[in-house]
Amino acid sequence: MPRLPLEGLRVLEITVVWAGPYCGSFLADLGAEVIRVESTKTFVPLTRGAAPHLSQAVIDNLPLYSGGTPGRVPGDHPFNRSPMFNSHARNKKSMTVNLLDPGGREIFDRLVAISDVLIENNPTETMEKLGISYESLRAVKDDIIMLRMPAYGSDGPYRDYRAHGVHIEGVVGHTMLRGYEDTDPSYNTTVLMSDAAGGAQGAFAVLAALRHRKRTGEGQLVELGQAENVFPFLGEYYLDYAMNGRTHETLGNRHPWALQNCYPCAGENRWVVVTVYDHDQWRALCDVIGAEHLKDDPELESAEGRRSRQADIDPAIEMWTRDRSPEAAMNALQERGIPAGVVMNQADVFADPHVQSREFFREAYQEDCGTHLYPGPLYKMSATPLGIRRGPVMFGQDNEYVYRDLLGYSAAEYAAFEAAGHIGSDYAPGVG
Amino acid sequence: MITSMPEGALSGLKVLDFTHYVAGPYCTKLLADYGADVIKVERPPDGDGSRRMGPYPGDEPHPEKSAQFLHLNTNKRGIAVDLKCSAVVDIVERLAGWADIVVESYRPGVADRLGIGYERLSSINPALVYTSISNFGQTGPYRDYRGSEIVFYGMGGEMHSTGLADREPLKLGGNVGLYQAGAVAAVATMGAALAGSFWTDDEAEGGIGQHVDIAILETQLGSVDRRQSALLAYQYTGELSHRPASGGSGGYPNAVYPCSDGYLQINGSRMYFPRAVAMLGNPAELGAERWKDPSSQGNAEMQEEFEGEYFLPWILERTRAEAWSAAQQNRVLSGPINTMADLDVDPSFNSRGVFAEGDHPVAGRMRYPGRPFIMNGSPWRLRSTAPLLGQHTKEVLAEMGYSATQIAGLSDAGAILVNAEGD
Repeated sequence: MPRLPLEGLRVLEITVVWAGPYCGSFLADLGAEVIRVESTKTFVPLTRGAAPHLSQAVIDNLPLYSGGTPGRVPGDHPFNRSPMFNSHARNKKSMTVNLLDPGGREIFDRLVAISDVLIENNPTETMEKLGISYESLRAVKDDIIMLRMPAYGSDGPYRDYRAHGVHIEGVVGHTMLRGYEDTDPSYNTTVLMSDAAGGAQGAFAVLAALRHRKRTGEGQLVELGQAENVFPFLGEYYLDYAMNGRTHETLGNRHPWALQNCYPCAGENRWVVVTVYDHDQWRALCDVIGAEHLKDDPELESAEGRRSRQADIDPAIEMWTRDRSPEAAMNALQERGIPAGVVMNQADVFADPHVQSREFFREAYQEDCGTHLYPGPLYKMSATPLGIRRGPVMFGQDNEYVYRDLLGYSAAEYAAFEAAGHIGSDYAPGVG
Repeated sequence: MITSMPEGALSGLKVLDFTHYVAGPYCTKLLADYGADVIKVERPPDGDGSRRMGPYPGDEPHPEKSAQFLHLNTNKRGIAVDLKCSAVVDIVERLAGWADIVVESYRPGVADRLGIGYERLSSINPALVYTSISNFGQTGPYRDYRGSEIVFYGMGGEMHSTGLADREPLKLGGNVGLYQAGAVAAVATMGAALAGSFWTDDEAEGGIGQHVDIAILETQLGSVDRRQSALLAYQYTGELSHRPASGGSGGYPNAVYPCSDGYLQINGSRMYFPRAVAMLGNPAELGAERWKDPSSQGNAEMQEEFEGEYFLPWILERTRAEAWSAAQQNRVLSGPINTMADLDVDPSFNSRGVFAEGDHPVAGRMRYPGRPFIMNGSPWRLRSTAPLLGQHTKEVLAEMGYSATQIAGLSDAGAILVNAEGD
């Protein structure tokens, strides 16, 4: 088997919910040994699902992302079956240790001493309670790289403010830029774009720090405030404010200057999105939808003209899309060089010939879930091909490997840690 | 150039940049901003299309004043060469020999036709990490399809479940999907650049050259913003995600609510409901048993009662800042709905140095979005603002061994563009 880029690198993660685990998944895909450090006495909601143990009645009422366990049944170990966790937990390992219990810290320190990187995205006070800081890690491993991902930062007025992705989106100005043109922000639904940004740029930050360590021998503390981290994604909006004092509100599905919208197709809840940037695309669109009267309208020759008269143009496009499947509409438009795409639900994605030909989904097995298709690595590498080497990691799945093989504890010590509750493959009674 | 300051993490990493518009330039911006020497190659006379995107100061179009271009190309050097000109073949070969990394974002097949494809450049420099960023990837039936932010989100992301049930699906704001693609491409590129660094033998000595294929579509399909989990949940259950009937995410208080001066997102529903009640000052009526029954969170009448009698009167007489502070004191997840004007004066963003001042020879002095994250051992710096078209042509060609006479000859022949400001 070809070797993977980051083979030989060991990363610990004390991560919760979305952004931190997603960061670790990039490093795990690239071949790093990523070990989740978990605890039998702590369950952070929305990490391994909603709660450690769930009744059928509860799971029936949970949203699909947390309640959509295989067959919609909880099973004995629902925390190993949640799609919100399992969708990014491939290629990782998991060990358990209770940091605040006697002996816990020594176990953890021995693990830190043989690791390269630690990533975490907890509230600042949580890490303080656990007694984990860059200084404490560095005392054990001098060249450790630590990535912290607080919501806002380790200092400043919002230091202890709690947030999920959706709050960060509001603070950084994204919520104001999305939503329908004719509704106020209270109609906005929850999106988590800043978690995606935090995960990806967190992984980039770790790789940059590794490059620095390779050159200088020095580790470092990297602090990624998640609101600050996603701010550059809205850079042109900030610069418009800096240049012109202008603030923006949502354009819905429209584009600042191109012709763009989401149009209904034949069938229930079927849609196609279309963007027309230039004059060639505009003339091609008029041909495809048979709108000769628009094609020769001199006012519509410029992007500004089309954008300002979009209300006149949209009905003509919609009249054409209404009779077609979104796939037929997309293909007809794309054949003429017009950006267009099916608004794909999950079934559409699995059935899509392009997604299939790219082998984006990979089959993987996990003891508590069986075999399923999983979303795979996000890109292709020609010399070091990536894949799913191992299904989503179960809670405490690698305790034996970590305690015995990595840390060198004896069988008797392992049994004692098990009796003390450090080692487990389920949460302690009453947790959650 | 100031040399006494600590170097960036990627200092000394050499990147040849054939990208344009948003996703590719954001990838190379991350590399450049953290210290890499990025040479951006533009084609005269127009250069990167972002130069024509704006917005512009005073809304007057100018190729050196486009906000999108200025933002995405900080800390890069820029050369302008006509890739279709035979004299430029030698320039590209020398640059390919110099570079550790190439990033390009042409439509599949175009880089090969221009003589800057993977096969050719890797034959010159076998250790080259060569990243291609394209709409749908280098292979597959949609390889040549056109894309846009809404097309990528519609096909790749959870657009079908974004927005309201009785309305059309809804895109996200701005170009956030394209930026995310650029960030993922930077991860892939650095992963490839570090390949073999931690192997215990010396098999990787000298670096592992390879072609990295980024499909913007797949950066959305694999996004943690609801898409990965929705795709897997469908595998597990056969159920589809759907657009909700109303804003927020179910339960109460769990949405964006109006304040006296704008809006605040508050999520204090279900298990966090007692914290929301504490935030309201623990009104005696909300201590009643019926509010403790978990099913109360799905009861529309009780939601109306809670919001109408207790919650809205409380929040409407407070500013965003007051309500946010009260919520946080009670550990209720929350955040204000800001505009760029709010962020510009935000006390945290300002005290923590999120902005950077840049002085551009044509666009002038301006405040830019600065570092996304803080590297304590190898800081982010705005070393230079975005390059003028051809600003570093002469400088870079001289570094590649061209004499002043040769450079003048190439310029006279129209093969390269030398910007006088860059002298």
